[in-house]
Amino acid sequence: MLGNEAIARGLYEAGVKYISSYPGTPSTEISEVAAEYDEMYAEWAPNEKVALESALGASLAGARSFTAMKHVGLNVAADPLFTSAYTGVNGGLVVCVADDPAMHSSQNEQDSRHYARAAKLPMLEPADSAECRDFAKAAYELSERFDTPVLLRTCTRVAHSQSLVEQREREERALMPYAKNPAKYVMNPGFAYKRHFAVEDRLQEMARYSETCAFNYADIRDTSVGFVCAGTCYQYVREVFPDASIYKIGLSFPLPLESIKAFAAKVEKLYVVEELDGVFETEIRAAGIHVDGGKDLFGNIGELSQSKIAAAMGVPAKENASFTEALPARPPVMCAGCPHRGVFYTLSKLKLTVLGDIGCYTLGASAPLSAVDSVVCMGASVSMLHGFNTVRPEGSGKCVAVIGDSTFLHSGITALTDIAYNRSVSTVLILDNSITGMTGHQQNPATGYTLKMQAVPPVSLEKVCEGVGIRRVRSVDPSDLKALEEAIKEELAADEPSVIICRKPCMLLKYVKPNPPFSIEREKCKACRSCMKLGCPALRFEAGKALIDNTQCVGCGLCKQLCAFGAIKEA
Amino acid sequence: MAKSIMIVGVGGQGTLLASRIIGYVLVNKGFDVKLSEVHGMSQRGGSVVTYVKYGDKVYSPIVDKGEADFILSFEAIEGARYLEMLKKGGTLITNTHEIYPIPVITGAMSYPENPTEKLSALCDTKALDALALAREAGSEKAVNTVLMGVLSRYMPDIEEELWLKAIEELVKPKFVELNKKAFMLGRNA
Ligand SMILES: Cc1ncc(C[n+]2csc(CCOP(=O)(O)OP(=O)(O)O)c2C)c(N)n1
Repeated sequence: MLGNEAIARGLYEAGVKYISSYPGTPSTEISEVAAEYDEMYAEWAPNEKVALESALGASLAGARSFTAMKHVGLNVAADPLFTSAYTGVNGGLVVCVADDPAMHSSQNEQDSRHYARAAKLPMLEPADSAECRDFAKAAYELSERFDTPVLLRTCTRVAHSQSLVEQREREERALMPYAKNPAKYVMNPGFAYKRHFAVEDRLQEMARYSETCAFNYADIRDTSVGFVCAGTCYQYVREVFPDASIYKIGLSFPLPLESIKAFAAKVEKLYVVEELDGVFETEIRAAGIHVDGGKDLFGNIGELSQSKIAAAMGVPAKENASFTEALPARPPVMCAGCPHRGVFYTLSKLKLTVLGDIGCYTLGASAPLSAVDSVVCMGASVSMLHGFNTVRPEGSGKCVAVIGDSTFLHSGITALTDIAYNRSVSTVLILDNSITGMTGHQQNPATGYTLKMQAVPPVSLEKVCEGVGIRRVRSVDPSDLKALEEAIKEELAADEPSVIICRKPCMLLKYVKPNPPFSIEREKCKACRSCMKLGCPALRFEAGKALIDNTQCVGCGLCKQLCAFGAIKEA
Repeated sequence: MAKSIMIVGVGGQGTLLASRIIGYVLVNKGFDVKLSEVHGMSQRGGSVVTYVKYGDKVYSPIVDKGEADFILSFEAIEGARYLEMLKKGGTLITNTHEIYPIPVITGAMSYPENPTEKLSALCDTKALDALALAREAGSEKAVNTVLMGVLSRYMPDIEEELWLKAIEELVKPKFVELNKKAFMLGRNA
């Protein structure tokens, strides 16, 4: 089972009733798999803040509740997170956060362990799929026993690795009784002040518990070296040093500092191995425990691995082969037939400044389209455009924001409201491909289906834009390059805010039938390379002429529109 | 000692399914097994990697430098990209089919010439046109099962029936026969 599937199994067995999440690699499959169990309600929320708040509501109502998100999602959900630490829970509440060291599919590699400390919430860190299931279940016991939300932290190598997992039956649980309790749940300054004492007391109690928690344990073997580690780092260390002593951390906040001190006394040298920041190391050192090596050896950027740990510890490298010739990189690309391609081709052709956002369309930044000027976080395209245009009003006509349908609903609406309300002359392109593409095809409020594939009325993007005060709202088919270019030029020329909805479903959706592949008449091709500007993986140059790879072409027709010599034909 | 298989290819070639089938076979053979995969960005036609590790007890889910007993490469140069992962004496099983990455398509870089010959000089290499065999089996999509068939020859302790059963269990029913055929074509290649 994948770590993510194992967490979903743990939720099921723990009798969880309510799951609300927003997709984000590497957390997405937890909620997708959980949705396959009929006994659990599961939904995609529009964003992580809404997801966590709704799970907190379900907890208040007495249900065991859950939300999962990627590390940056926790930034969005941080506001309710911090105050839910004050209210505590009624039914158990677990927040899973999946970090992505090495940024396999993320825009930064922040370390979520800081959140446990900042919000004063306990955190569990499983090291494989079996622990994912066990820890998910145990998290509910902890949550209810200590009256606190619990953070469950994974990373890519735990979430997306598969290992064996035992399964048990589900324990069905009645809702906890609900009783109005303003002193606990109405966090006005008066009540919140008192609750802060409860939070600090709980933290002390949890610190004592951490010393006895079965997930924190010393495995004493050869005592010449000892390692302190958690999660996937434990696996790497154990693989390189099968005989070393290890203090394995499962409950990673509050740390069991007394037990670590006792462990340190038993080993000659103590190393702290952790990915990203030196969170454990700092706390262990602050407790007066001598550490022989940590961040100075292992670094704080990217993922660790067995070879990195071996190298840092002076273990000789394994013999290997190597290929010395330079290889062309193989970066991800927009698929053949991707509806985003025409948009970025046009933006690039018009030499516009493009404030970008996060989704498949981030690939519009790659060569040869190279159309994107900035990508920061979900929703930032629209708000950054507003700031950009406000201080450079003369450039308004040369600057756009691009944002996907799911991203717009996640956090673009408030930003568009800023444009409409404070009247910057800004043009926003919503790239509506009828799905949340980047994270592997999740439904969203504009697609008309829920996570459990129930048909529902879709959000009207047009009406949302009009509703916040944009008068110029139009939609266009982005595979019609001429119409698209005209629409963009017209809206950029207008002297008020505008939105263009570029609407065409993702080619990979099941209901979208590909067209037969196009072909190129070699004699007519003048090798002008116009079509190559699209960066389409189905097009290549061979023996001096353009060629269409018929295993990849889906007949979107963009290249045909660009060929001035009529060399490209429909099948 | 755990054994390691690394599967490399281009997003969309079915590397994930291959690693899952291999994992399923190994679990049924009674091994402790770990698989590791990366989702997200890499699915979009980029270079993709999955790992399969098995033995009495497996710790790290990833395959690191000099550790792979086998690299199964779905494309002609992807094996070269990860060759440093191959252990001394390990075997590279590679498809000879070439898929041009974007920097080659745009002319920014060139595709290496005769990659298979160069690889053969560097390590034990079994190269074949898996795409042709997949077509023979009935679908270009079966490249992954053809290559698994080749790999199966290098794992003599695992019975043919276990592989075929895994295909029956994990492949969509309407593609089972085709994939079994592709597997056998690879196995006998
Ligand atoms: C706060 C936050 N949550 C989740 C993600 C993961 N994520 C990246 S892009 C994306 C959605 C993309 O969907 P959409 O905007 O519809 O664009 P598409 O990929 O379909 O083109 C998600 C969920 C993220 N990067 N940041």
